[in-house]
Amino acid sequence: MNARLSASELEERLEDLLEACLSSRRTAAALVPGLAALERGQQDFVLHWAGVVARSSAELAYQFAAAAPRALAVLGERGAEAWLVQAMDVYDHGSMYAASAALKDLTGFVRSWDAQADAVRFEDAGRVLELFLWGLSGRRLRVAAADEPWTDTETVYLPHEVTLYAARNRNFLVYKAMAALAWAQCRFETFAPALGAAVEASAHPARVRRWLAFLEAVRLGAKLERALPGLARDMRVLQQPAPDARVAAAAAPLADPDAPLEATLAALGAVDLARAPPAWPYVVRLHPERAQEVREARIGRERETFRALLGGLRDAEREEGGAPGAGPGRFEARVSESAATGERTVELFLDGAAVSPPADAASLMQSILQDLGTLPPEYLEPAGAGAYAPSTPAGAAGDDGAAEAEAGAAVYDEWDYARRHYRRGWCVLRSRDVHPGDPAFVWRTLERYRPQIASLKRTFEALRGEDRLHRREPYGDGIDLDAAVAGLADAAAGRELPERLFVRRHRTERSIAVMFLVDMSGSTKGWINDAEREALVLLCEALEVLGDRYAIYGFSGMTRKRCELYRVKRFDEPYGAEVKARIAGIMPQDYTRMGVAIRHITRMLAAEDARTRLLVTLSDGKPDDFGDGYRGEYGIEDTRQALVEARRAGVHPFCITIDEQARAYLPHMYGAANFVLVDDVRRLPLQVAGVYRRLTA
Amino acid sequence: MDTRAHSADQYLVRSEPYYEPVGDEVRLFEAAHASRVPVLLKGPTGCGKTRFMEFMAWRLGRPLVTVSCHDDLTASDLVGRYLIIGAETVWVDGPLAAAVRLGAICYLDEIVEARKDTTVVIHPLADDRRILPVEKTGEVLRAPPEFLLALSYNPGYQSVLKELKQSTRQRFVAIEFGHPEPALERRIVAHETGVDEGTAERLVRLAGMTRNLKGNGLDEGASTRLLVHAGKLVMLGVAPRTACLAAIAEPLTDEPETLAALNELVASVF
Ligand SMILES: Nc1ncnc2c1ncn2[C@@H]1O[C@H](COP(=O)(O)OP(=O)(O)O)[C@@H](O)[C@H]1O
Ligand SMILES: [Mg+2]
Repeated sequence: MNARLSASELEERLEDLLEACLSSRRTAAALVPGLAALERGQQDFVLHWAGVVARSSAELAYQFAAAAPRALAVLGERGAEAWLVQAMDVYDHGSMYAASAALKDLTGFVRSWDAQADAVRFEDAGRVLELFLWGLSGRRLRVAAADEPWTDTETVYLPHEVTLYAARNRNFLVYKAMAALAWAQCRFETFAPALGAAVEASAHPARVRRWLAFLEAVRLGAKLERALPGLARDMRVLQQPAPDARVAAAAAPLADPDAPLEATLAALGAVDLARAPPAWPYVVRLHPERAQEVREARIGRERETFRALLGGLRDAEREEGGAPGAGPGRFEARVSESAATGERTVELFLDGAAVSPPADAASLMQSILQDLGTLPPEYLEPAGAGAYAPSTPAGAAGDDGAAEAEAGAAVYDEWDYARRHYRRGWCVLRSRDVHPGDPAFVWRTLERYRPQIASLKRTFEALRGEDRLHRREPYGDGIDLDAAVAGLADAAAGRELPERLFVRRHRTERSIAVMFLVDMSGSTKGWINDAEREALVLLCEALEVLGDRYAIYGFSGMTRKRCELYRVKRFDEPYGAEVKARIAGIMPQDYTRMGVAIRHITRMLAAEDARTRLLVTLSDGKPDDFGDGYRGEYGIEDTRQALVEARRAGVHPFCITIDEQARAYLPHMYGAANFVLVDDVRRLPLQVAGVYRRLTA
Repeated sequence: MDTRAHSADQYLVRSEPYYEPVGDEVRLFEAAHASRVPVLLKGPTGCGKTRFMEFMAWRLGRPLVTVSCHDDLTASDLVGRYLIIGAETVWVDGPLAAAVRLGAICYLDEIVEARKDTTVVIHPLADDRRILPVEKTGEVLRAPPEFLLALSYNPGYQSVLKELKQSTRQRFVAIEFGHPEPALERRIVAHETGVDEGTAERLVRLAGMTRNLKGNGLDEGASTRLLVHAGKLVMLGVAPRTACLAAIAEPLTDEPETLAALNELVASVF
């Protein structure tokens, strides 16, 4: 852990930050005593926020820094942050005077903050609920915050906070019930066309929507009773107010766990639309038209993804079997349904033999089954290398000359899938350093992920080689009994007593060299770029604990003659201020000619002296270049080929792809490499370190 | 110089172990044994590989020598070493040499965990030479026809450090183990623990949920073994939710959010 900042360091930092409002009566030194006693983490917290506030008002920042130690003591960091943010709000919309009053009223704020303590906020519950939903069978649903709870069959929208009850766990239960109900809507066919039709056919669509939402909560409640009995039991306390006699009678048939959507539509006819349905706190609203749109887009997309997966599966089976084209490569699927739970499972067969699809195919198949109830024949046509119509890439024909070699540049071949040959000396690649960026980025990232970094470091520490006894050493910390005994036996037999009779403690070398190759193309602009940089910061922090040799490079460029590799950290460079500034300075550039970058990095890695060589690429999954036909199949096939070459050179490639929409071609492109798909950019920073941990555990 | 012999007796499996076949594995194993081809058991931890080996040893009437490999396990741990007993130096066979002499089934559990030099002694045993050279005594042990080498390996580790080398794996017949089908897994859990059908069903359902989290929060879903542990706790009177947290959720992860999500899944099922 970092040491506390000393009084003089604090004073210096504060003088920098608050310069504009300091005078002989108002000195940075006056703030120091309060801050010097804080933990380093809290000191960083105060300096960070003082810097943020100072951009609006140095005066307010000064007052904040003065009051912060007490605020931290009574509120903790989260509370102190909320206290400051509300004062800044006041400043933005009112006056300095009002803002300063808001800061000073710490006691008043503490009171309202305590009252809020029972509230459960989406930011606290969202991740847990998402994992909870992923544990349930069926399509993988994401969660997001919105003004009201509803689902479009891919994302479950949940309210920003739940404050209904005076107990946190009760409020959390409301969230959980909403999430489970939304899952059940997707799982048990709430969004069949009849639902939308019922809304459209009505003269009072808003009322119908509201009633359908309630009745579906009842119908799906019976299904939850079967699928998630523990939750259904917990949920009963939320089913208030109780329906009146008429509503209860109308909803009675919905208590049958096998009731279909039609039962809900029938019950709709028996309620009084003019009155409001019972206001159960977890009812999930219905937007059939939005669900329909999402469903239509999904069906086409998932078909292509699934076919590509089969293509990859077929390739893999053939490689394993050793005989290319051993069978006709025909897939069959058998869908069966469990009578007890209604769960559907699929078994896949390739040329009559059962094959187990990759793990990520399972949720995809479930998703397709949820939409269509079966896997139609056209889904079972594998797509992949053979499926691309061979054609010469546009623009490549007339421009056939090998690239000129020049000083400081490296020249590489490129794979042309249409010719099934390399284009010799086709790409020219230059290396340069990343222009340093704002070091505050690194610092803010460290701040933001402080607890996660601490836990990452702990897990990485566990990976570190442990002390181990080396036996039969010529000298050491103790006697090697085995060796001594064997030696005595030798001596007794008249041979010479050997010399290596000691044991020595030694830290085992992991002997890993890992190269991270980061996509710096223009398509990463925005969130992806931020996430990449944050990921690198977290990774470096964790790797420093581990002691593995690592290097980081970025890549981009425009056209085959201007491929660029950006140095962020060389193998022999320490993770210091310069490297940090370069991580911060990683900015989106031009295009993504991925093959040449992989080839160059492979060559560098192969020269490293290590037992295990690892190449981890981080990209947004779209190989693309300007003008000369790299986009599309050509780029995909070249990237695939470059990864095959890497493997042959003894490098283990692993690809991390950030893609909001699972792309169909990925399994094929990454054929030789393992890969993960990160479909939520926010997850990236932690996932990269997690992937690395698993790869080298 | 004296040599300490192992007796076959101590390695015999005397009563029939409870084992539910999940596929063709029994026939495959018998065929491999008959044709003297070593066997590679692939699959995640806790899915019945060890139990299967005990069952097959019993069925074939062969002694079973099991070695749990770990990262300090060296070739000489497997082959043998000299000890001083009284005033004499005595050669003592390691488990592998003992198994070869006894014509036993030798099961090296989690072979990738062992030091790399162990593969050197395994290779000549795993091809048609079927020999074990004992460097220190100058002996070359020839495996009798009944001897069989079996390794287990968990391909679920994505670690590049723990990949089984092609030169090793291509000597083996591979039998793949996965999580048993729900109906079968319910039977196993009920039989192993004595819990009622309803509880077994819920345990298996919960296991399925954790397996859905593999790769997203969890490195591995709950194995049959964990279900058996939870079931045993339940039979001792521990409340099901508590039993599942202690025996299933906590062993799977330390990550607070994932653990919280597992807790919610447990509370949804029980
Ligand atoms: N097919 C099976 N038949 C009987 N018991 C099984 C089976 N699969 C798993 N088990 C149970 O799971 C437990 C763990 O299995 P084990 O053989 O130790 O796993 P592995 O060796 O694969 O790590 C066993 O003790 C047994 O209770
Ligand atoms: Mg790009």
